[in-house]
Amino acid sequence: MKQMGKMLLTRPSFKEIVMGNTAVVRAMVEAGTKVVTAYPGSPTPEIATAILSIPKPERPFYFEFSVNEKVATEVAYGAAVNGHLSTVFFKSVGLNVAADTFVQLSLVNIIGGMVIVLGDDPGANSSQNEQDNRHFAHMTYTPVFEPANPTEVYHYYKAAAELSQQQHMPVILRLTTHVCHAKENVTFQTWRREDYDAAPRFDPANGPYIPLTADTSPMKRQALRNLEAAETVASQTGLNRWIDNGNKKRGIITAGLPFLSLMDVLQTATADKPDILKLGVVYPVAGDLIEKFLIAHREVKILEELDNELEKEIKMIAFDKNIPVRIIGKMDSDDWMGEYTPDKVHDVLRKAWPDMLAPRTGPGPIDVPVPDRPAQLCPGCGHRSAFHAIKQALADTDISVADIGCHTLGYLPPYALGQLLMCMGASTGIGSGLSLFNNTRKVVVFMGDSTFFHAGLPGIVNAVFNQHPITMILMENGTTAMTGHQDHAASGKNANQTTAPIPVRKVLEGLGVQHIYEVDTYRQAKLTARVKQAVSDTAFSVVIARHPCMLKFDREQRRDLSFQRRQVAIDPEKCRQIHDCVKVFGCPSFILNDDGQVKVNPDLCIGDGSCLQTCPASAINAPKPVSEG
Amino acid sequence: MVLSQFNIYLAGVGGQGIGLISEIILRAADHAGHPVKGVDTHGLAQRGGIVVSQIRIGQDVHSPLIPAGRADLVVALERHEALRAIVGALKTGGTLVYYNTVWQPLPVRLGSEKQVSKETVSDACNRRQIKEYPVLKPDLTDPHMQNIAVLAVIDQESLIPGIKTGHFITAMEDLMAGDMLAGNRRLFQDRKGLTAGP
Ligand SMILES: Cc1ncc(C[n+]2csc(CCOP(=O)(O)OP(=O)(O)O)c2C)c(N)n1
Repeated sequence: MKQMGKMLLTRPSFKEIVMGNTAVVRAMVEAGTKVVTAYPGSPTPEIATAILSIPKPERPFYFEFSVNEKVATEVAYGAAVNGHLSTVFFKSVGLNVAADTFVQLSLVNIIGGMVIVLGDDPGANSSQNEQDNRHFAHMTYTPVFEPANPTEVYHYYKAAAELSQQQHMPVILRLTTHVCHAKENVTFQTWRREDYDAAPRFDPANGPYIPLTADTSPMKRQALRNLEAAETVASQTGLNRWIDNGNKKRGIITAGLPFLSLMDVLQTATADKPDILKLGVVYPVAGDLIEKFLIAHREVKILEELDNELEKEIKMIAFDKNIPVRIIGKMDSDDWMGEYTPDKVHDVLRKAWPDMLAPRTGPGPIDVPVPDRPAQLCPGCGHRSAFHAIKQALADTDISVADIGCHTLGYLPPYALGQLLMCMGASTGIGSGLSLFNNTRKVVVFMGDSTFFHAGLPGIVNAVFNQHPITMILMENGTTAMTGHQDHAASGKNANQTTAPIPVRKVLEGLGVQHIYEVDTYRQAKLTARVKQAVSDTAFSVVIARHPCMLKFDREQRRDLSFQRRQVAIDPEKCRQIHDCVKVFGCPSFILNDDGQVKVNPDLCIGDGSCLQTCPASAINAPKPVSEG
Repeated sequence: MVLSQFNIYLAGVGGQGIGLISEIILRAADHAGHPVKGVDTHGLAQRGGIVVSQIRIGQDVHSPLIPAGRADLVVALERHEALRAIVGALKTGGTLVYYNTVWQPLPVRLGSEKQVSKETVSDACNRRQIKEYPVLKPDLTDPHMQNIAVLAVIDQESLIPGIKTGHFITAMEDLMAGDMLAGNRRLFQDRKGLTAGP
């Protein structure tokens, strides 16, 4: 069996099939990165998986999951001004959380170098939006390298680190979902491990490090100078590719994953293939190169995912240099939306040049309806048991606010709990607002335990401080479940060692929360009673609804060879086909047959038994061992 | 053999083990000397939602994403997802191999929509000249190994050009060790009771 951790530390050059998120870790190793920080979020958590596959004593850099993206950025920055090449990675919307710190980075002299690895998510595969983080780069004069595949991820990280070390400026490596998760055979270079002098090199004389009043203006000037230097690098780097198809009329400027889609689509071109300029650095752009490309063509299409950042830059160049070229940018709102898959690129290009591509032929018509399959809470999930119980404590008119995590899925039928969602930690503040001028509808807000530490605390402090009489239900499962079970401050473990868990209850008590209730979510009647009590309290109240993540628990159990699978069964004698188990409690392990009979899916039931109490006819038999054949 | 392009679209439900079978096929293609690219779904959908993985083999492939209706082979681990994948991804005249189990989607469990039957899948296949291999291994007790039963059929019926038994086994050895490897290998090579085909 191949060991990822070993592979990542191989000294001689080698080839391996890896995903983009793994390739970037080998690049960190080769580049001599010393500090890496992160907060989990799709599409980036597998970067951490790769890092953690290297046993702690052999890890050539320090790694931590910080408590949120802002803190992660600060830790990486602090390390970098001590002279260590550092990297922080997180998902697209993580940059919003990190922003207050991030926007200052380009102003300061980052002597060690710092790369910000962003996992943007065009198409919002697993995010609340598909924000284009290149806007942040423009706002802060921060260069952006944008690879298209795992091989480029590896090379671009090293180039980004080099620029950052050279100019002492932050550099963004912008990955997108299907670059992070794409897999291919990547050739890695030799790793020459060099001796490293870890002496702390922070020196105020390298500053100013205090961006205040009069100093901010020279600092900004330096940031702009750094950007100019970055443009020279962008122009000279081997990361831009000019593909000459001998077309004097048409050219396409593109970058990242859309480039790969373009190469696929052009295989079916019915007219001469356009020339292509694929940019490796998308901000600042290589001005001279773009100028040459514009001059060499009569029409240039800008093929760009999400917003029109390249388009604006390129049109500026054409205008300033007075180049007689027709530039085709975004043509309608569709062009601004979604991931630029081969199909999307086909449609986008056809709009610009209808003669070049035939209409897209889909799979051919079959109009067979297939029932939707929304994501679901897992069998045995404590959140399900909680929703089932909480629903019984609330009136239909009460308002429930969701937060980010597995428990967000409570918004779906059959629970329909959590009627608004914004971003991590937002539920308490939103709920507080909903409680104003409102004496008739109770307000209940949900929050996960990782989110509690991430961005939850300010909203809670505010609710206590400003006396908002809402109820928070803390969905405590001991882990950051949705993103793959990363430990958090109350887990008792960090990425490097065991730690004393920070007890959520004591934190709440310390903040002055008067009404705190704790219930295991499998005890549904008790949970219902506690929530009823909490919503009738006249001050801010918290119900800690606790149960360990059963997906994590079940996986750990199955690793044990002596593990005995157990499952519940429906007693056909007792079943009155009330269907509460399948339609109200809604565990995916229940099967509803056409004749109204309910069965248990042997592939799914984990024998947790949380369903037993939901059957008015007591027709669900307690979990029994299943025989292994 | 130089393959121009062969696209494999894999689909299942979060928790079924699409990731493993996909990684085995990807590596087997590499061991067989083909250029190959792949991409998996991670994140939110893994929680009981639709999980998709795409593998593209051949010289003329750039993006890891398969255009709609251009998959040569659909590998599904569940019946609804088999139907969804052939409707959206599989080319006319392509091949479907799927494990014939059902994980009812939410609307079916709520009683608002009907469960997809085996006949519905076959009917859709017939209309599009799709060759269909529903797989079942009744003596299989661990549902997490249904993916390997499907892999056995892919190998037995030579559904991926140029990939041989040995390539699959080497790929499995890349990814697993000890009891897990032994168990999966045994199942992969034990074709007893394995049914495939209409
Ligand atoms: C700012 C930000 N960072 C990261 C994420 C990614 N993310 C989505 S769900 C989630 C897990 C939250 O964990 P927790 O609050 O413990 O809830 P659980 O999933 O365990 O129920 C995270 C980190 C995000 N959506 N937004």
